[in-house]
Order: sequence, then structure tokens, then C-alpha cells
Amino acid sequence: MYGLNLPTGMTRRHFLSHLAGASALALPAMTFTQALAANAKDLKRRHKAAILLWMGGGPATIDIFDLKPGAPTGGPFKPIATSGSEQICEHLPLLAQQMHHLAIVRSMSTREADHNRGRYYMHTGYVPNPNIEHPSYGSVVSRMLEKQTQERELEIPPFVAVGAGSVGPGFLGMSYAPFVVNSNGNVRNLKMGANADRLSQRMTMLASLEKNFIAEGRGQSAEDHAKILEKTVGLMTSKQMDAFKVNQEPDAVQDKYGRTGFGRGCLMARRLVEQGVPFVEVDLGGWDTHNANFTTLQNNKLPELDKAASALVADLADRGLLEDTAVIWMGEFGRTPRINGNAGRDHWARSWSVLVGGAGMNGGIAVGRTTADGTDVDCEPYSSQDLMATVLKALGVSLDTTFTSKNGRPMKIANSGKVIAELFS
Amino acid sequence: MARTPRQLARDAPHCKRHSLRAAACTVLILIANQCAVAAERPVAGTRDAEEIAPPVALIDRHVKAHWDAHELTPSVKATDGEWCRRVYLDVLGRIPTIAELQTFLREPASQRKPNLVDRLLGDDYLEEYARNWTTLWTNVLIGRTGGTERRSLVNRDGLQQSLRRALVRNMPYDRMVYEIIAANGVNKPGEEGFNGFVNFMAGNLEENAVQATAKTSQIFLGIQVQCTQCHNHPFNNWKQNQFWELNAFFRQTRALRRFAGRREIESVELVNQDFAGETNQPDEAVLFYELRNGLSKAAYPVFVDGTPLASTSGYVDQADRRTELARLIVAYETMPQALVNRIWAHFLGYGFTKPIDDLGPHNPPTHPELLQELAAEFKNRGFDLKALMRWIVLSEPYALSSKATGRNKGDDPNLGERPAFSRFYLRQMRAEELYESLLVATEADQTATSYEEREKTKREWLGQFATAFGTDDNEETTTFDGTIPQTLMMMNGDLMEKATSIAKGSFLYRVASDAKMNNAAKIRRLYEAALARQPSTREIALANELLELRGGDAVAALQDVWWAVLNSNEFILNH
Repeated sequence: MYGLNLPTGMTRRHFLSHLAGASALALPAMTFTQALAANAKDLKRRHKAAILLWMGGGPATIDIFDLKPGAPTGGPFKPIATSGSEQICEHLPLLAQQMHHLAIVRSMSTREADHNRGRYYMHTGYVPNPNIEHPSYGSVVSRMLEKQTQERELEIPPFVAVGAGSVGPGFLGMSYAPFVVNSNGNVRNLKMGANADRLSQRMTMLASLEKNFIAEGRGQSAEDHAKILEKTVGLMTSKQMDAFKVNQEPDAVQDKYGRTGFGRGCLMARRLVEQGVPFVEVDLGGWDTHNANFTTLQNNKLPELDKAASALVADLADRGLLEDTAVIWMGEFGRTPRINGNAGRDHWARSWSVLVGGAGMNGGIAVGRTTADGTDVDCEPYSSQDLMATVLKALGVSLDTTFTSKNGRPMKIANSGKVIAELFS
Repeated sequence: MARTPRQLARDAPHCKRHSLRAAACTVLILIANQCAVAAERPVAGTRDAEEIAPPVALIDRHVKAHWDAHELTPSVKATDGEWCRRVYLDVLGRIPTIAELQTFLREPASQRKPNLVDRLLGDDYLEEYARNWTTLWTNVLIGRTGGTERRSLVNRDGLQQSLRRALVRNMPYDRMVYEIIAANGVNKPGEEGFNGFVNFMAGNLEENAVQATAKTSQIFLGIQVQCTQCHNHPFNNWKQNQFWELNAFFRQTRALRRFAGRREIESVELVNQDFAGETNQPDEAVLFYELRNGLSKAAYPVFVDGTPLASTSGYVDQADRRTELARLIVAYETMPQALVNRIWAHFLGYGFTKPIDDLGPHNPPTHPELLQELAAEFKNRGFDLKALMRWIVLSEPYALSSKATGRNKGDDPNLGERPAFSRFYLRQMRAEELYESLLVATEADQTATSYEEREKTKREWLGQFATAFGTDDNEETTTFDGTIPQTLMMMNGDLMEKATSIAKGSFLYRVASDAKMNNAAKIRRLYEAALARQPSTREIALANELLELRGGDAVAALQDVWWAVLNSNEFILNH
């Protein structure tokens, strides 16, 4: 007999036990148990998390957070006062009331003005390189906060991406890949096709196949497949999956975030962070406004953003989560100060803005500034790696960390970016 | 449509006005002649040993030299079953049926590989070959989401119809590229003036055809110019003026929308119209671009190698800029290299460069001589796509096992190493391949519905994985990438439910109720159908245990085995 006749209940550990012998797979289970024992007394510690609001397409930050009224590049929008010391766009009245929690970094200056390259660079802190794939924000954070998620006995993947804008785990491996879900909270195909006993027996059979194939030394993908299987089974049997169900929230709360894709995504992010997920990315696309920039922003993008982002920040603050949760708002680049012939703005990486706050970072301020027409940064410029280093510091991650890429190259965390000091004084 | 040599001869007097135009016309005549020659050759169905041997030997020689230089010993050969499975996946986009596998294994060992390649590239599988490569080329040209959204200017069916026709005829690649770039006509099948190739350009013409410029160069020349739209490239030699000079070739092109009702787009017609330039002087049709310092510079059509178009006129009858561009592209040296690199990557898992469509001194290939010489062979032998596939598939690196040995363990691009092709690299089936393979493995009856209906059902299923970013470059992403959503689909999804169905008439039902087979034979059948191999004794023993647990219910036990086999790494990974 090969041990198929097992007691009821399919567990992740069970599947794992059948894979034992394929050493790469057995090891995490060992360290998992050991970590539990060693850190039992730290369990009360609060957990850190980060939420990245990803503005796919590259928002015209010159019209949103760094307005130039009166300048030829300024556009029609007017600035309004906020609860912080800085002004923002008149079409973000709700977010204006939360700006004391958030800082505007107005001196972002990068070099990647292509969507693909910009998305990669802003997510990883590195420019694309043909010989290496760098891990994105969520992968780095979930790797560095692994101890914390083990303490919380998190069964949901540590890096959840709502929508589609994210970047992969690179050399950190598939265990840190984003779990991509729709904002409606329905995770597809979660319902098991067989009862738990039978699934357990099937998994035993499957584990045998997986193990043989891995043992033949055919490469990393075979092992990655087994790891993902294990995680998937864990998900299918987890109560924690309720965190995805935004429709369990009271109507008033759902209304506050806005009944839009991004609104539901932000609400889901809060629920996931409460559950102990250390990194959630929420995607809001549609910022690639080569045409009709101003009407698109005013009628469409800014109202959706305003509701959802303001509700998220207020909610995190009310629940005491904001002290430990970093919030980042950014896209792959900004847009040209020059307004083109179609009342649009084109790609522009030289001088643009991001928002950052929470997790102990100073709110209500602006860091840096641009010139009168917005075409240049008028002080020390900041890069993707600087922003990443700043967020990691806020999360208590050591910036002395060095990863080793799969081919043995040392890779400094956040590409040796320098922390933005004003956010921590 | 490309003009015939006779039409070209009629056009020739116009060319005399400008010597360069005349030269370009000569090039086209040469190409047209070449096409005619290619069309007369047998359509790659027959194998002429003398034709094939040199390029295969060329591949083997260069790859071996690289192993020697890097002190690598290649893996042993893959089993014939593994090899057969991989050729079916790579050429037809699906795994072999049991009957096909058995036919292959029954042939004399020395002949079975070349014979199988003959069959797969020959008339028997013409339809399937064309379908698979239509899918592959569609995804290259307009992505997985191109034409799937409302109000799109792209007609996916239209592109696929034209590609399929070209692939069925094994149209020479240079001709295909020419027709795609120079295409004019209506994008929707059935309309008068239909030309499905216009769908590549139609979705990329906004913002002064910036994306058409970038994509044409990237896909067909392997030259990435998109960053130079705004500035000189930081890492390679491309300059901002080159982007706009290339862009100038596209400025006569217009996509005319035809509406059905008030907003629905019925069809789109791609045409060339006179371009007056940004100074409204059609004789000197100029465009301007902005430097980073805010100054403007003028640009006229100049090809990437510095060849200017002889005429700066914007009048189509004086200078048809896009047609000229198509001629220049098919004659340019990186064009066959870009294609060879793409096809090599398809069959071997990795190209000679990464990414495969970024060639140039800034990104040196792993096997520079091989890339260059194979591209030269491809060009010299009439840009015959099937011939190129045959050379690669019959080469030594393609025959190797995916199992590493102690002496080539480091050869793993997954670890960031540059590929040496001393073993076959594992790769996941594409979503399309999984779909087709499940149909084959479950012996699904494919005669019940029409080609169009089948493709529609498949497209709907595929739609759940692909998402567009909504940016101007039409970038997109897929969740069929080996992560949890894919695994959930494999474990619990509707497609798997169908594949593991035990309803009367289903594959499992038929296997289970086949009185001619005992239980062990039935299990062997499942392994052969999905994995192209026999189960081990241990695997049969495990399956027998399942049978006991199911209280002797053979159908239920087979269902469990089948589910496990289809969910395994061995099934989903092309190995």
C-alpha cells in the first residue's frame, strides 16, 4: 500500500508530506514549524503592510498634485486647499480632506517613458535587463515580512494584486508571485470539484507524479509547479478567503468607497490588510491621456480616484491600521507639461509626482518642487529606488538586505536607493 | 496585394524620375521574382535530403562549438515519446493522439523523426498547422486582446482569415511581411475590398502612428525604437530623429471608419491619402518632433539604415511611403534575423537574445554566427517558414532531453544564465495549447461544430486569462502564467470538469466500458493519451489502490487518475 487511505480532511501539510523527499519542497515546512516556535512571544506585535495604488498609463500629475495655474503648461484646473499644508486639484475634494495623512513627492525624476519599461522600473527600482528579472514591490515586501505572515498563519498569498497592472517576483521565485484577482471579490474556480476525502486521494496520486518529474532534474519550473499546487490547495480550504468578499461590507461602507472597480479594490485592500496580507496592489488604469486629458480626468478618473482613495485612507486611519500600513500612489511616469494638439498630454518622466503616507511617514507635506512651468525638478530629484527604499524603511525592512539572484549575483534591496529624509523627521 | 511583375513593369517609367525610387522598384521586382520562384517550388511537403542537411549541420556545428567553449556536455537524447510530444506541441499546438504516437513509434527508428516532420508540415496536417500558426502570429501582431473590445478598429477574424490563407500556402515570409506592412483595404471578412492584413496597422495609427512605427520595427526588424520617440536611446545607438524619420513613412495612412448605426463600427478601411505635412505643403510633406530642450526638428522619410526616400512629396502617386517602407523592410538584413530568432525561441524555449525582438550591438546574441548564418540560409532558400522549422526540429539541440546532468546543470536560463541549448528547457503550454491538447486527450468529437464555432468557444474560454492595460502601446498581461488562478482553473474549472466527465459517451466512459482492456491497460491508455508514455509499476499500483477506495468503481477511479495526470507538471510543461 502507498498510503492513499487517509483520514478525512485535505490539508496543505498533507500534500507536502507526500512530496517529502523532493528536498526543495520539504524544507519550507520545516522552517515554517521552527519559525512558529521561535517567535511565539512576538505574536502580539502589530503587523506591517503596504498598499500600492497603481495608476496604469501614467497620470498627469501636473493637473493633480503639482498644479501650475497661470503657466502656459498649467491647464484649466484650479488648486484647492487641503487638510495638509499643500494644495491639490479641485476635482479631488474628498481626498483633500485626508491629505494630512499623505505626502506629495513632487520631485520624482526618472528616465523610463515607455509603458512597459516604466512599469517595470517603478515596480522594481531597476531598469529592465535581459539577463535578470528583478522582484517587484509586492514580492520584495512579502519576502521581507515572511516571518510576520507566518506568525499570522496567513493562508492567502502574501502579495495580492487586484486588477492587472503588476510585475512578477523575478528571481525571488513563484512563491512571491502576485495573486491576481478581479475587484468583484469572486475568486474564480475556488469551489472544489470533489469532496475533501477524494480530493485528498487525488492529491496523493498527483504528488507522486510531481515528485517523480522533479526528481528527474528537469529544472526550476517543475518545482515551481508543485509549490503553486500546494498554495492553491491551501487557498481552497481556507476560511480566510472571506477577506475577498467585499459585498459582506455594509452598504454605507461600499457606497463610501464608490461602487466602481477601483472602489471595490480599495475596500478589498483594507479587508486583506486586516486579515494580515502584507502587500496589496490595486490597479486603476486609463491614465494614458494623449487625447482629451482634462475631460477624462474631470469626468472620469479623478471622481473614481477621489472617492476610493479618500475612503481607504480615512478607513485605515479610523481602524488604527494606517500607523502600520504604507500607502503609495503612483503610475509609471507623469505626463508632458506641454499640452498637445488633442488637448492631451504625452509621456513624461523627467518631473512628476507620487503620493506616499502611513506607516509612520510624515503626512500633510510636499517633498521637493518643480519649476514654474513644471518641466524640471527644482531641487534634489528622487527616483524609483529612492521611493522604494523609503517605503521599505517605513515597513521596518533593513536596507542592508542583499538578495542573491538565481545566478549568484548579489542584488541590493531597492537598488541601493536613498531614503527620502523629510518623510521621517 | 503585391503587384505582379507585369504591373511593376508598367510602373517602372514613373520611377525614372528618381534614381532611388528606381532602385527600390528593382528591389521589388527581385522580391516579386523570388516570390514567384518560391511559389513554384514544392510547398515544403517533400523532403530533399540535400536541401535540408546543410542547415541542420550548420545548427549542430555552431551549438556544439558553443558547448565546447563553455565546457558543457549536453544531456542525452529525449525519448522518442517525449520528442514526438514536443514536435506536435510546437508545430501543431497540441499533444499527439495515441494513434499518432503509435504510428510514429512503429516506424523504423532511423526514419521516424524525419517522416513525422514531413507529415506535420505536409498536406495531412495543413489545416491544423495553419490554425496553430495563425494563432501564434495573431498574438504577435495584435496580442491576445486585440480586436476583442467594443469599438475596436481591429477585426480579429479578418486578420486570422488572411493569415490562415497565407499559411496554408506556406507564403514566403518576405512576401507575408510585405503584404502586412503595405496592406490596404477593408478589415472585415465578406466586405468588398477585404484584406485582413490591414488589421495589424489599423489599431496602431492613433497619435500620428507612433505605435505603428514602434511595432513594425520591433516585430519585423527586431529593432526597438519606441523609447526614441522622446529622446535618444540611453543604451543603444538609436537616435530620436530616426524614430520620426521612420514614422514619416506612415503618415499617408488613414483608417476610415464605417459606422453601423450611430456608434458601432461596422468596418474599417485602410487607405493611403495624400499627406500635406505639418506646413501644408504636400510637395515637401514634413513633420516636426520636439527635442527634450523644447526645440522642434523636421523629419522626412529615412529608413533605419539611413536610406532616404528619394521624394519628400506627400502625394501618394508620387511617393507611396508605406509601400516603399515595406520594400525596404523585406530587403533589410535584420529582417530574416528577427524571424529566425523568433522561430528558434518558439522551438527551443529561448531566443539568441532576450527579449527576442531587441537586436543590435547593445544586446549581443548568444550564438552570433549561428543567428547570422541561419538567417542567411532562410533568406537564400526563399524565406520558407516550413523549411526553417524543419531544420530546427531535426537539429541536435531540439532532440535533447530536458533532464540535466552533472555536466550541464548550470545551463539554465531560468537561473539567469545565457542559454547554451545543451538540454531542452521546460516551458509551460500556452493557454491555447492546453485547450487544444485537452480536446485531443479526451478524444472530443470535433466534427459536431464548425471551425468558426469552435474558434469562438475557444476564444471565450481564453478571454478569462488575458487583460489589456489600456495604454497606447496596447500592452496586456495574462494570468495563465503558472500562478494560482491557472492552477485553480486546472483543478476546478469548467474545462477540466468537461475533460474528466464520466457521462455516457465521454472519453473516460468509453475507456472504462471498453471490454477489450483490463484495468492496467485502461490506466496505460490514460498515461499515453496525456503524457505519451507508459505508467510505471508504482503508478499502476497507486491507481489500483484508488480503484479499491472507489469500491471497485472503475470509472470513478479512472476519473481520479485522469484528474491527477492532467494536473501534473509533466502534462502542462512541454518537456
